[in-house]
Amino acid sequence: MTAQIIPTRTAAETSLADAYGAVKAKLPGSAEIAKLRDAAFEAFSQAGLPHRRVETWHYTDLRTLLREALPVASVPSAAAIEALRKEFAAATDVPSQKLVLVDGIYVPELSDAMPAGVSVKSLSSVLASGPADLVALVAAQGFGEGDAIVSLNAAMMQDGVVVEVAPGTALADPINLVYATAGGAPSARYTRSLVVIGAGATARLHESSFGEGARTGQTFGCLILSVGDGANLGHTAMLTKSAAASLRLESFIVRIGAKAKFDSFALVTGSGLLRRQIFMNFEGEDSVGQLRGVSLLRSRDHADTTLFVKHLAEGCVGRETFRYILDEEATGIFQGKIHVAPNAQKTDGKMLSKALLLSDTVAMNNKPELEIFADDVACGHGATCGGLSVDQLFYLQARGLPAPEAEALLLEAFAAEMADEIDYESLVAAFRGEIAGWLAARSVKA
Amino acid sequence: MLEVKNLNVSIGGRKILNDFNLTVQDGEVAAIMGPNGTGKSTLSYVIAGRKDYDVESGEVLLNGDNLLELEPDVRAAKGLFLAFQYPLEIPGVATMTFLKAALNAQRKQRGEAELSTPEFMKRVKGAADKLGIASDMLKRALNVGFSGGEKKRMDILQMALLEPAFGILDETDSGLDIDALRIVSEGVNSLRAPKRGFLVITHYQRLLDYIVPDTVHVMANGQIVRTGGKELALELEKSGYREYTESAAA
Repeated sequence: MTAQIIPTRTAAETSLADAYGAVKAKLPGSAEIAKLRDAAFEAFSQAGLPHRRVETWHYTDLRTLLREALPVASVPSAAAIEALRKEFAAATDVPSQKLVLVDGIYVPELSDAMPAGVSVKSLSSVLASGPADLVALVAAQGFGEGDAIVSLNAAMMQDGVVVEVAPGTALADPINLVYATAGGAPSARYTRSLVVIGAGATARLHESSFGEGARTGQTFGCLILSVGDGANLGHTAMLTKSAAASLRLESFIVRIGAKAKFDSFALVTGSGLLRRQIFMNFEGEDSVGQLRGVSLLRSRDHADTTLFVKHLAEGCVGRETFRYILDEEATGIFQGKIHVAPNAQKTDGKMLSKALLLSDTVAMNNKPELEIFADDVACGHGATCGGLSVDQLFYLQARGLPAPEAEALLLEAFAAEMADEIDYESLVAAFRGEIAGWLAARSVKA
Repeated sequence: MLEVKNLNVSIGGRKILNDFNLTVQDGEVAAIMGPNGTGKSTLSYVIAGRKDYDVESGEVLLNGDNLLELEPDVRAAKGLFLAFQYPLEIPGVATMTFLKAALNAQRKQRGEAELSTPEFMKRVKGAADKLGIASDMLKRALNVGFSGGEKKRMDILQMALLEPAFGILDETDSGLDIDALRIVSEGVNSLRAPKRGFLVITHYQRLLDYIVPDTVHVMANGQIVRTGGKELALELEKSGYREYTESAAA
């Protein structure tokens, strides 16, 4: 006799179901999209919030960590947009070529004109009236399938941007996705954006948040990138400025065509709970894809980076390199799975995670995995955890640097070395500045 | 003047330096020669302040200050410089950033003003030219991807910039080809000064053809067992260290 398991819904699961019921009629899209939303919510409901017995979520148990689901963010009011306009005007670090999302809703009034070859639509307009090829990409069937949080985002997606870079376009400067918050009571944002880089185009995309403590509340984000054949996309993300007690679940879906180049770097700092799950698929042959990231964590920060890299075509090079600095009582998670399909011969895949542990009360969980079905591949992974090198510290001290300065220099080098590889100078400086700021806050306390 | 008095050092319960005594006068270049495992590198690390060693007793005085109670960076600011046998690679730290940080940290410790950037650049360039260090080497991360010879030259460049009161060269000749050996030695020789002493640690007499010492000490089993002039090095090259290790063991 088999025992029947009746799953009990957590309070958060119940309020998510209530929230979906309440907002679904107002969510954008055709009748077909509404069906898709229902199916996605059903998939989420069946699975429930991911918990420690779901292998890919083992270290980020949302059943215990997500106690309460916040109400869905409302469309920003005219007053809120006006207030933000003033804040943007007063701020000094606002990038140009920006597309502004306020609580996940695309706000053209706050955004800049795009250069030639770049077109922008709101996600809601695409969901309502197509075109079908973009809808198909947004719906991203087959990506993150079986992942409850991607499903939840698909069900609830309110808005976002859909950016197309025309084939052959060469952009000199980044397109900036800027996430702002309207303020008011903490809410939950369900945003989904799509960026399509046409064949042979060269572009750079940067994501950042606007305003100190900009990321309050809960974010269920999804960004889909489609890198066309022969295209070259540089992507950077500044996942900073999260407020304490915030929750940020970002799904990042990348599909790479043939003979394309993709390089992504993300910096994670700030309080609260963050999970980045990246689904990178090599769909065409002879492409190069790099995922890199640095997480700087302290207090009781919890940052999870989980990768699913699928080599589905021949001769692609995948590099995944992630570094963590953990202090106080922080928790870091790195999970990475490289899958090589039977036809993806000559795959060259390497994954590496390195963590510096600065206190006895931090935790770092590393779980690299290889799943290889082709026989002519070179794949490997490595993970290290440890303190700063005693030899390097002594060398610097012997040259006159006091221990705290020597330590700070080595920590900065460990993190900033990754940012230095970005092929755009002002972004390198911006990331270096964030890293130095995080370290300075540490040394002030020490 | 560097004075090491009755220094006893062990590591993990194993005695390395055994009532060790040594004095190097201002302006003197003293060489310590000896077989492997006799405590030569331990001596240099203990003087510079590495923490892996148990200093049981004794004193190390640099111009009268007891170094053993000081942190390595304070020792450096007081004028001690150790040229490493294997200079460390520090990925992500730009060489110029490091040089400036080191120089200014020492100046700050001594209550001196920071160097202006133009003055700093001038000094680095001057020292780099003398040592044949190309400017692109200065743009790279410290010692990363440098050959053995380049790393040693970089260490000597640091010594030239930091202008120490006392320099210890720990097996500076290891891993150097003849040309690199000559360049490094010329760099050291140009820093010889009446107020600056040197301790040159080496296995081989070869280095001492280039950096000619005033005094040669033979070290065995954690002690100085014989002292002589520069001719002692030549004698050792012929006879080897056997008589010292055997007599010490007996």
